[in-house]
Amino acid sequence: MEVSIPSLIAAILVMAAPLVLAALGETLTEKAGVVNLSLDGTILLGAMSGFLVASESQSALLGFIAAASTGASVGAVLAVIGVRLGQSQVAVGFALTFLCRDLAYFLGNPYARQQGPQLETLPIPILSNIPFLGEAFFSHSIVVYVSLLAIPGCYYFLYHTRQGLILRSVGENPDGCWARGINPLKVQVLYTVIGGGMVGLAGAAFSLAVKPGWGHPQGCEGIGWIALALVIFGGWNPVRVAAGAYFFGMLQLLGIYFQDYFTTIPPQIFQVAPFPLMIFALILINLGHKSRNKKLTGWIELFSGRPPKWLGKTYKPA
Amino acid sequence: MSIILQMRRIVMISVLALSAVSLLLMLLGISPLTIGITLAKGSIFSWLKFNHVLSVWIPLLLCSCGLLFTFRAGLWNIGVEGQVICGAIGATLVLRLDNTGLPPAALLSLALFSSFLAGGLWGASAGLLKTRGGVNEIFGGLGLNFVAQGAVLWLILGPWKRAGMASMSGTDLFPRELWMWVPQGWRVAPAAIVLVIIIFLLTSLILNASQFGLKIKAAGFNPQASRLFGIRPNLICFMAMIIGGGLAGLAGGVQVSCVYHRLIPSISSGYGYLALLVVMLAGYKVAPVPIICLLFACLAAGSIQLPITLQVDSSLSGVIQGALVLSGLLVYGLQQGKRRGH
Amino acid sequence: MIELADISKNFGKVQALHKVSLKVHNSSIHGIIGENGAGKSTLMKILTGFISKSGGDFFFHSESIDLHSPKDARKIGIGMLYQEPLDFPQLSVLDNFMVGTADFSPVNQRAALSRLCTNFGFNLNPESKVEELTVGERQQLELMRLIRDGAKILILDEPTSGISEKQQELLFGALRRLRNDGVAILLVSHKLEEIELLCDEVTVLRHGKMAGYQKRPFDREEMLHTMFDTLPVSQPPAVKHIAGDPLLNFHKVTSHVGRSGLNSVSTTIRSGEVVGLAGVDGSGQSVFLRSAFGLLQPESGRISGCREVTTRAFIPADRLTEGLIPGLTIREHHILSKKSGPIITSKSGLEKTRDAIKTYSIRGTSETEVENLSGGNLQRLLLSLIPADIQLILMESPTRGLDVQSAAWTWKHLHARLKAEGAIIFASPDFEEIMEQSTRILVFYNGSITLDTPTKATNYQQLSRAVTGEDNQQQ
Repeated sequence: MEVSIPSLIAAILVMAAPLVLAALGETLTEKAGVVNLSLDGTILLGAMSGFLVASESQSALLGFIAAASTGASVGAVLAVIGVRLGQSQVAVGFALTFLCRDLAYFLGNPYARQQGPQLETLPIPILSNIPFLGEAFFSHSIVVYVSLLAIPGCYYFLYHTRQGLILRSVGENPDGCWARGINPLKVQVLYTVIGGGMVGLAGAAFSLAVKPGWGHPQGCEGIGWIALALVIFGGWNPVRVAAGAYFFGMLQLLGIYFQDYFTTIPPQIFQVAPFPLMIFALILINLGHKSRNKKLTGWIELFSGRPPKWLGKTYKPA
Repeated sequence: MSIILQMRRIVMISVLALSAVSLLLMLLGISPLTIGITLAKGSIFSWLKFNHVLSVWIPLLLCSCGLLFTFRAGLWNIGVEGQVICGAIGATLVLRLDNTGLPPAALLSLALFSSFLAGGLWGASAGLLKTRGGVNEIFGGLGLNFVAQGAVLWLILGPWKRAGMASMSGTDLFPRELWMWVPQGWRVAPAAIVLVIIIFLLTSLILNASQFGLKIKAAGFNPQASRLFGIRPNLICFMAMIIGGGLAGLAGGVQVSCVYHRLIPSISSGYGYLALLVVMLAGYKVAPVPIICLLFACLAAGSIQLPITLQVDSSLSGVIQGALVLSGLLVYGLQQGKRRGH
Repeated sequence: MIELADISKNFGKVQALHKVSLKVHNSSIHGIIGENGAGKSTLMKILTGFISKSGGDFFFHSESIDLHSPKDARKIGIGMLYQEPLDFPQLSVLDNFMVGTADFSPVNQRAALSRLCTNFGFNLNPESKVEELTVGERQQLELMRLIRDGAKILILDEPTSGISEKQQELLFGALRRLRNDGVAILLVSHKLEEIELLCDEVTVLRHGKMAGYQKRPFDREEMLHTMFDTLPVSQPPAVKHIAGDPLLNFHKVTSHVGRSGLNSVSTTIRSGEVVGLAGVDGSGQSVFLRSAFGLLQPESGRISGCREVTTRAFIPADRLTEGLIPGLTIREHHILSKKSGPIITSKSGLEKTRDAIKTYSIRGTSETEVENLSGGNLQRLLLSLIPADIQLILMESPTRGLDVQSAAWTWKHLHARLKAEGAIIFASPDFEEIMEQSTRILVFYNGSITLDTPTKATNYQQLSRAVTGEDNQQQ
């Protein structure tokens, strides 16, 4: 296999595109103070519904819409039970993870290993002709462009719009918002649904573009947990969260390349390895916080932030 | 809570979940009744099938018992899968020993003990990460799950590979004398059934009728106030993680020594995650756990027939299980909301 | 202009406010003064729409209205400065300033912020995070935000607790300015001094009722009189214990927990003493008690004596959530509180629990879960849980929320069980309780002990001066 740097960058961008979408969606939800643990299941359900609708309608666009609505509905269930009814968000999230996963396999079974529509690459005119950059950044399917645009989009929304500010303040101190005439519960429900929608999109990004097709397993299993870890790894900052996603994409890609180089080591090891590596990177960062080494912590600060103060707690207005 | 209220809750949860699943099936043009009959046929209508149910029930109940400890301590022990795998590795380690001169019964007991230790060690690491490193136990446990998965792959494909050619199908079978005794016509070892019943009774005794169980409960319900009673909540949490991990490890040990007689990559079979659902549906209480385990085991065993007889995917059992747990949470939430409203 | 007419508020059976009436005029600062538990915070929560009143009328420009949520209060121009600022510590100053505004334009808002800063003489960097600010600066920010939102009626809750003298001057300057601009201000405070400095009129609350009203010029003695229960000035303490050997020793203990922390506190508690800790909420009493029990480790200094868990007991003010374990039954609490065998049967601790329920007249059975008990019962349960061999009993607000009889019973019980080798330390917002029940009084102000005196040698006047910080100059 010929490896050039632009092709490597392009491959990482593709690998990480769904992960970026899912992690950004979860960032929005968590910034509002709600933890949606159902990502791993939601992505699968989104992938299934996206593939199913797209193959029936022969329209990838409808597939993406279906996936987003699926994810939003899962978010809505969490919002009702975990935010409105005040049950443990962690418990609801777990139950949803497994329910969605099995629902996806069950409903998607007739479509397993079938040929379905698949997004074509849309090289951007002119830009894609730029040497090096063109191949790396401008010769992709729309999913990759969307994921790339979502990063500044999310950042801009969170830090430069009125709604973004309200979203962040609800996650910090719902009482303060209530005193300012904002209903924190409404805001939490809204962003649980929107975040869920983005996670659903990530599913369709897998089944219609990155790992086209549907099956049991689909190939995107486990990614949801990584997305959840990334939100912490990135300190709830969309740009750093996305950076983490590309780091994970790179790890996965390295795994694939190493399989060819180190034929003595079973390939399964390389497929599994990025997952513990990722989680342990996170754990190391967490531990580094506690260490007294100034230089180390200074460097680590760069990669972390504190969680929204109200994360995972139930808000009950007085 | 009164028994009537409990019964009402159970009825509400089942009706809600079953009607949701039935509706889904009818929309797909599948008769819920046929599904129900097939599930029952595949699980309880024959001794052989019921044996299969039991073989799921045993590890599931062991993992659930472990989770009861950690939930009581207020912890989300998400690392059960990894703990099962470690237990399996621990048991395999002992059963692969050559020339020990020990009688098979002693070696088997030693293997089970070693599986408890290995699982406990894995649980303890997640506990340490939490109490010392401040790492949320959900992500610590998850990370350790991945590590355990990697370790078992490496062992099977590397150091413990089959004679001749490494294979994903697992290690070599253990010598016949190290297989747990299974009577003619049975598929599960009676020893395993006895073991799991003893463990459940012990769990129930410790959690509901011992000073230690009360301390776990106190530390889980209100860590801050528990200190006023001379309890060290961190220590209690750590011990709960060790016990929880140990019991999950024991499940792995049973799978290796009684069911597969070798180490396979998918030794945990997702029982760790399923056990989470069991205990959540039980409302974190001890008594309903074996019954729910049995129900879930029937669903899991019965669903194997679905693709063969009805061309329906076996993941339907997971859908029913998930729907039950979600309805449970919904019903709890509604009832609590009602009580708050009055 | 707002007017409250016969406002009442009940929480279940407890009446927090009873027919309180007052007027706040434009261009005027109206003070509300009273002890903890006098009903001040309930009154403010009603005014800001956080809770609704049970009775009475609320007039805004002589029009009767109802406030259902903070949104309604905001609409008519009521703005509140909370004691613990309701802001967003992780967000920047500018972000905090902008949360909830309709005009989301960082450029405009930055200009508005800097204009207000210059107006009031505040100095805030819009880019700093709010958590890096002092309490006083956070207050300034909130004040400017309320003004920007067009607040016509400002309510301030203990605005000077935990802020420096310079910030206090700035704040008072700003408040006077706002008054001159026509704003109606309601100032809630413990401190006589600031009421005298700032207010045009003052209402005194006591036990949820109006106890007095004055216009400038104020009569200080009269105000003290109406604030606290009037009892014979030289009433001797009701109890006599003889102080014995040192039991607990604080040596230059410093802590940064809580609003004021502890500031190099040194003192020795002797056996036989009943020590009352007086002071405004958050002046260091609770940190003192928690450090004494061992829940908090001091940053520097040394605490010695009574270091075994089995020799001390602590009953926190928040009895249910801090002192007990909701979800466990009365019997389970009794089993936890004493050493017993590893196995619990249906009989374990039963006899002891039944005895306790009887002697302490707790309204419940041994299987009642503690969250179902009422305030007085919770307190009696906590008392019943203290093992017989305990030497040091630490209590926070021992009679908070108790009716007169329960309170009297509690103290009778405490004095009876106090043995020669033991001691009781309690914090209370109620001077009467401290004067009656203690043998020695420590007054806390801003994390330091500013007065340490035998109860016999002090009186209400001296105490009230000490807790409001007026004695500081003399010491």
